Order: sequence, then C-alpha cells, then structure tokens
Amino acid sequence: MNAVIGHGWVTLLYKELLRFWKVSFQTIAAPILTALLYLLIFSHVLEGRVSVYDGRVTYSEFLVPGLVMMSVLQNSFANSSSSLIQSKITGNLIFVLLPPLSALDLFAAYVLGAMVRGIVVGAGVFAVTLFFAPTLLAMPHPLWALAFALLGSAILAILGLLAGMTADKFDQLAAFQNFIIVPLTFLSGVFYSIHSLPPFWQALSHGNPFFYMIDGFRYGFFGVSDISPAVSLAIVAAAAVAVGALTLKLLATGWKLRT
Amino acid sequence: MYAVEVIDVARRFGPVQALAGIDLAVGEGEFFGLLGPNGAGKTTLISILAGLTRADRGSARILGHDVIADFRAARRNLGVVPQELVFDPFFSVRETLEFQAGYFGLRNQRAWIDEILHHLDLTSKANANMRSLSGGMKRRVLVGQALVHKPPVIVLDEPTAGVDVELRQSLWGFIRKLNRDGHTIILTTHYLEEAEALCGRIAMLKAGRVVALDSTQNLLSRFAGITCRLVADRVPASWRARVVREDGGIFHIGLESYGELEQLLASLRAESIAIVELAIEETDLEQVFLKIMRNPETVVSA
Repeated sequence: MNAVIGHGWVTLLYKELLRFWKVSFQTIAAPILTALLYLLIFSHVLEGRVSVYDGRVTYSEFLVPGLVMMSVLQNSFANSSSSLIQSKITGNLIFVLLPPLSALDLFAAYVLGAMVRGIVVGAGVFAVTLFFAPTLLAMPHPLWALAFALLGSAILAILGLLAGMTADKFDQLAAFQNFIIVPLTFLSGVFYSIHSLPPFWQALSHGNPFFYMIDGFRYGFFGVSDISPAVSLAIVAAAAVAVGALTLKLLATGWKLRT
Repeated sequence: MYAVEVIDVARRFGPVQALAGIDLAVGEGEFFGLLGPNGAGKTTLISILAGLTRADRGSARILGHDVIADFRAARRNLGVVPQELVFDPFFSVRETLEFQAGYFGLRNQRAWIDEILHHLDLTSKANANMRSLSGGMKRRVLVGQALVHKPPVIVLDEPTAGVDVELRQSLWGFIRKLNRDGHTIILTTHYLEEAEALCGRIAMLKAGRVVALDSTQNLLSRFAGITCRLVADRVPASWRARVVREDGGIFHIGLESYGELEQLLASLRAESIAIVELAIEETDLEQVFLKIMRNPETVVSA
C-alpha cells in the first residue's frame, strides 16, 4: 500500500480537532461563557472608575482584548495537555506511538490542534463580547493582534504538550494549570494596565512572559501599549522558539512517552 | 531475510533485568510462539520491536529494518496487538480504524476497513462508540487496528486473555488465515494449548533469557513421555525425584514409557501405599513448559 507523505500527522491533527469538537460544549461554549461572565462582572464594577491609557479607552474596551487573549492562551494549553494526559493514562497513546510518526509529526499535530482550539475560543469570546465594546471592530493593527494570538497560542499549546508529557497523573497536570498557568495569565494585565500598579509589581510583571502576549495583542486594538509591540513580539517569538526546541528535543528522545 | 531478528538485546528497569541478552530470528511466514511466565520479558521484547521501549544494548530488525535507525520502515512492516485493553473513548469503531490507517499515511481505506470489520464480526458495531463495546469487542478492534496497514509481521501480546471460547476460536481462525496468506505471526499467550495447536516454533523466556527455542514438535518429543497422575498419601522414596508437580495429595510423576508404569506400581505395592486414584496423561506443552521453567539449568535449543 502506498503511504501518502505527511498524511500521518495530518490525520493526528484531524483526530485532535475532532476530539475537542465532539465535546464542544465543554471545550468551546463553556470558556466563552466564562469570559462573558468576567466581562459582565468586572465592567459592571469598574466601568467609569478605572482610567486606561489616559482615558482614551473605556474599561470594557480595555478588558475585551485581555479576555480574548486569556481565553486563547488557557484553551490552547488545556487542549494539548488534556489530550496527552488522557491518552497516557488510558493507555491509548500507544496508537500514535506504534505508527511511523516522527517527533516533528507528533509536535505539529498536537500543537496545531491546540492552537485551533485556542483561536476558535478566542474568536468566540471576541464575537460575544463585541456587543459591549463595538468600537473594537475598527482595530488599527489587526495583523499585530493576529501575530500575538498565533504566537501566544503556539507557546501555550507547546507548554501544554510539555505538561502533558511530564505529568503522570491528572492531579499533577491540574497543579501545573492552577498554580502556574492561571496565575500567570491573571497577573499579566488581563484585567488592568500594569501602569496602574506600584513600581515593584510593575517591574515584576515585566518578568511574566504572558504580559508581553497580552500587551502586544492589545496594541492591535488600540495602537497603544505598555511596551513597544516589536519588543514584545521579539520576546514572545524567542519564547516560542525556546519552548518549541526543548519540547521537540524531548519528544525525539521519547522522554516519558517511550520507556 | 528474517521477519524479525533480535540480536543480543538487553534491557534493565531499575533493579530488574527484564531482558538479559536475547537472540532470536523468526523467518517470514512463521507462526511463532513466545512463552514464559509473567515477568519473563515477553512484553518488554515486543515493546522493543515496536519502538515503545529502547534496548540498553543489542539491536532488533523487522524485515531487515532496524527499529531505531529505520523506524519508519520497521513500524510500517509491523502490526502490534497490545496486551492492555486500550481504546479512545471519544471515537467510534470506524473512526478508530480510519485514524489508525491515517497515522500510517494511508488514505481511502474504506473497503479494507469494511473487510476487517467483517472478518472480526464488528460490522454491526462500526458506528458504535468504543465505550459501548464489550471487552471482547474492544479486543477485536485492537486486532483490527494492528491490521489496518496490512503489516507483513503481526505481533499479538496475549490476544485471548479474558476472551470467551467462541470468540477465541473465531479469532484464531482469522489469525490462521492471515498466516496462510503469508503474514508472519508472533504470539504470546498463557494458554499453552493454544500455542501448541497454532505455533510451528516456540521460544520460552525465563527471567529475560531464552531457555528453549525449537519447533513445537521437537519440544514435545524431546520431553516425550507420559505423566502419571497419582492420588495417594505419599510416593515411594525411590520415586521422589520423579515427581514433576505436587498439589496436596496429587502427585504428577514423569515416566519414560509405559514399561516404567509397572515398576511404579510394584514400588507402590512394595511400600504398601494405597492408590486412591491413578490416571495417565500424554505429554503436552504445558508439561514441557513446567519442566523447563522449574529446572534452572535447562536450556534447550534446536
């Protein structure tokens, strides 16, 4: 039989997409609703009380891109990590370890699948929150926003893959998610501009890689950001290359997947 | 060229030497049995062939393709039915098989997948979710997944564990047909009568070593003889060493020939041991297996 070059990883990508699509209430609708609730509650409490970018932007307008990016990041991570840990724990990972799929094949399929989930949820959040901030549709730099969304989702998809490989139990993965990913996203300026923070916390925020993703993403909507978008893009791209190279190397050695 | 060639393969897991230097060669078209008690290293050996586990030393080849250096060709030529009853609960039987074909780079396999479903008696379950299947059906899907890329070499790791008699028969019918069609079959099983009936050649593993490797016929005839199953309160002192197995008051005594039976009876009479029950059994693979496994020195090879 004639094998079609590249069809192996494409099939795995398709399987990854179908996996979350089959439970889309949980994987797409639920995170969209969560983001919408954040928007309703925080804008109700803070609208008119918080000044962002010297009053040029309302709080709702400021919050929406943050929520979109947070959803992109968290769902990209959730997809690759949960897919891998479920396959590891139920043992069906063997189905992708037996075929002639290379480390790059596995990497591409899991990461792209997770990126699609992140971007789809992010687009959904944007669609439903746009009602509260319709001016956002006239974004001045959509390509910047897209670049940060893609790179951010790639980084989190890769981190999810890494976490899924590392964890031996759901408990360990949940710890990774709840104690690392969630605090880093929440404290990256989703809900506030870091200029509103005391200097110490502002400086600390600069050490949070997620800050650059969200700040750069916002630049696409407002043409204003805390940090130059080119600098943020360079930092985010470098982070993507670093975690990507590490994960590919671990996959190639079969670390934690092949004994 | 050999279907499977294993050269000096060793693997240690922490304190456990799972494989202590294995050499094996299985010819194309063979029906080969890999037997041994739990922990003998059978699954480790299979995992090394499949690229799931790496050997500490030595090499393994599938139809001449090294399982590490030339892993794509090696894996394309190998189908593995894993021991664990694993499945992906998100998908249906047909999706499971289509994905598996796709992972091997194969497109448009509907006709072949229909044929597999038919042979494994799964046609009516094609669109059922994997979760809804019985254990035996899940086992058959695993067999289907191993065959979906038409591998010339098929390894079955205890495929009939926990499978009912009827299904076992139909599964073996199908595997036999694959073997007749030219597929090389390597089988591990705990049902020794299955191995005896199916396998042309057998390797027995013990503590990570090959302790017997010969044709099934030779193994049986080498240990030919009969076993006397005796129920009594003791065995004559001169026959103590001949007891191959003892459970409670049941003694299995190995005899070279029927002539020896007379001597045994004479000894029993001489020592006034009352026979509660006595039966004669021909040697089967199970007895050969037990003899080889109990004797630490035995190494049998062709």
